[in-house]
Amino acid sequence: MDNGVVLGVVLFWEDVAEGSDIPPLAKQPTTRQLVEYAAASGDFYEIHYDKDFALAAGLKGVILHGALRQAFVAQLITDWIGEHGTLKSLKCQYRGMDSPGDTLTCKGKVTSKRADGHRYYVECETWIEGARGERTTVGSAIVLLPSRADPLSLIHPNAW
Amino acid sequence: MADEIPITPEMLRFTGATISTSALNVEQGHIGAFARAVGDPNPLWSNEKEARDGRYGGIVAPPTFLRALHAEPLTLPFDVPGDHLLDAGSEWEYFRPVHHGDRIVATTRLKELEQRTGRLGPMLFVVSEITYTNQLDQVVAVQQSTFIRY
Repeated sequence: MDNGVVLGVVLFWEDVAEGSDIPPLAKQPTTRQLVEYAAASGDFYEIHYDKDFALAAGLKGVILHGALRQAFVAQLITDWIGEHGTLKSLKCQYRGMDSPGDTLTCKGKVTSKRADGHRYYVECETWIEGARGERTTVGSAIVLLPSRADPLSLIHPNAW
Repeated sequence: MADEIPITPEMLRFTGATISTSALNVEQGHIGAFARAVGDPNPLWSNEKEARDGRYGGIVAPPTFLRALHAEPLTLPFDVPGDHLLDAGSEWEYFRPVHHGDRIVATTRLKELEQRTGRLGPMLFVVSEITYTNQLDQVVAVQQSTFIRY
């Protein structure tokens, strides 16, 4: 499992292979976390913390914010690429619903690599496995990584 | 309940138009609270000392933080039947880092309306595109967001 980011550790483009797995990230969200996320994100839609409201909306109970699940996938990627990797694109589709108490596993796989000038791209497939192992969130990410062979690939931090 | 949610000429008139703008001064405490809520301990978002010595020279916002610019998940300039709302997905493209102290303006444009019928009955898919611009008029990110009203 993922152990978080240590600044200064560099993931190089050469160290990533097509088909390789991204270190998975486990999450065990609670209703308390949904309230915290509601406050931090400003999304106070009641289906995320008011059970009666969620039931009246035809749901089985309160559910996770889609954007919180996308934040989990973003964490999966930023933990993996470290501070010198740059997230360029992050796409998520919410296919199923996740509930507090579920154990979620965020996963990813490298689908392709390409270089364009001094830019070294890696494309990944990403997903979240819900409580029953089903993919409740699917998507993809594109990142830029530095290349060992090309010092100019350490892109200036303010212009991607 | 009706078989479908009709897309009226009034609704179509807003397609392509800017339907809301909002602004946020990005504060370090807010970034920290957001990262804590996600359970993301990356020092780039919350450890000032480590972040200062790192690539960005200070605290930056995590990728989906800008979502906090919208107090409501979706605000529409017209009435739609159905009280419920579901987030169907979101696609971000990133161009520049967001630092604490930045002032970010989010401009939301209505991109597409589509009616469908599914498990939840008649649904309206609303696709919007949100452009996030900083105080130097630089586009930092563009988000395409899809919500379902039902």
